[in-house]
Amino acid sequence: MSDAARTAVLRDAIGLGVAVGLYGVAFGAAAAAAGLDAWQALAMSLLMFTGASQFALVGVLGAGGSAVAAAGSALLLGTRNTVYGVRLVPLLRPQGLLRRMGTAHWVIDETTAVAVAAPERRLARVGFLAAGASVYLLWNATTVVGALGSAALGDTAQAALDAVVPAAFLALLWPRLRTGATEPAVQRRVALGGAVVALALTPFVPAGVQVIAAVVAVALAGRPRPQEAAA
Amino acid sequence: MSDTALWTLVLGASLGCYLLKLAGLSVPAAWVEQPWVARVVDFVPAALLAALVAVQTLASEQELVVDGRLAGLAVAALALALRAPFIVVLVLAGATGALVHVLA
Repeated sequence: MSDAARTAVLRDAIGLGVAVGLYGVAFGAAAAAAGLDAWQALAMSLLMFTGASQFALVGVLGAGGSAVAAAGSALLLGTRNTVYGVRLVPLLRPQGLLRRMGTAHWVIDETTAVAVAAPERRLARVGFLAAGASVYLLWNATTVVGALGSAALGDTAQAALDAVVPAAFLALLWPRLRTGATEPAVQRRVALGGAVVALALTPFVPAGVQVIAAVVAVALAGRPRPQEAAA
Repeated sequence: MSDTALWTLVLGASLGCYLLKLAGLSVPAAWVEQPWVARVVDFVPAALLAALVAVQTLASEQELVVDGRLAGLAVAALALALRAPFIVVLVLAGATGALVHVLA
């Protein structure tokens, strides 16, 4: 493998860690706002280690949802990682149960993106490990900063945080709707459907259930229309 | 929710998410590489994240409420459309929420 290619992969991997670290502050703060203490927020970043699921869990809790609804939305978002694992097996070829169990913990959006984009198989493994290490370290460190920092907030700062949480979810959603994502027109329709279903159900179901129910939007709006099938 | 219940939720959901990751490295690829599975997995995040955006912006328990969060979201959407970095989006949304709180 060439040094230049290796450097490029490492640079991307470490850059991702820094970028994701910023989300960690937002997650720590959202966890605190939902009533988790700093240890619980840190335990989630150490053990769950998959950002969208973590945000969903504290988001549902913060909205007054039950534990079942919170866990359910985290698990639904976690199914993505199962598909990533299938894509990573031929690149990483983890041998033996222990190595497979270790590798699994770092199978997330960012590590998969780096490994799949690497120009050759050995670099895919380097990129996976470098991205995993840098995201893991920074995500956990910044979770603590966010969780402890938000405990010191007053009334106005709390209002600011209330507005930050939906903005963080929008920032997670945005790249999926943009031209260049898989079938952006269908993604937008599904997203709109999910939002409408969730709002329509809010007065009638226990808090949090409407978020999980929003997956019916995938069935309602997720079919490709004939003119989009080629796109 | 009690502290024990919160810890049970945190640890249980973490274990579940880990097992989903491990499953991807362990099950035969053919199980997951069905076209309909790939489609559902591609689109579930859009539905769930949009639902979370909507609920976090407008819901307060079981009621729908318009407050500073909606103004913050509008500013965030504008910032994202202008390709602002993540941290700028959050700061602008937070500042808008705080401003509405102070004025209202």
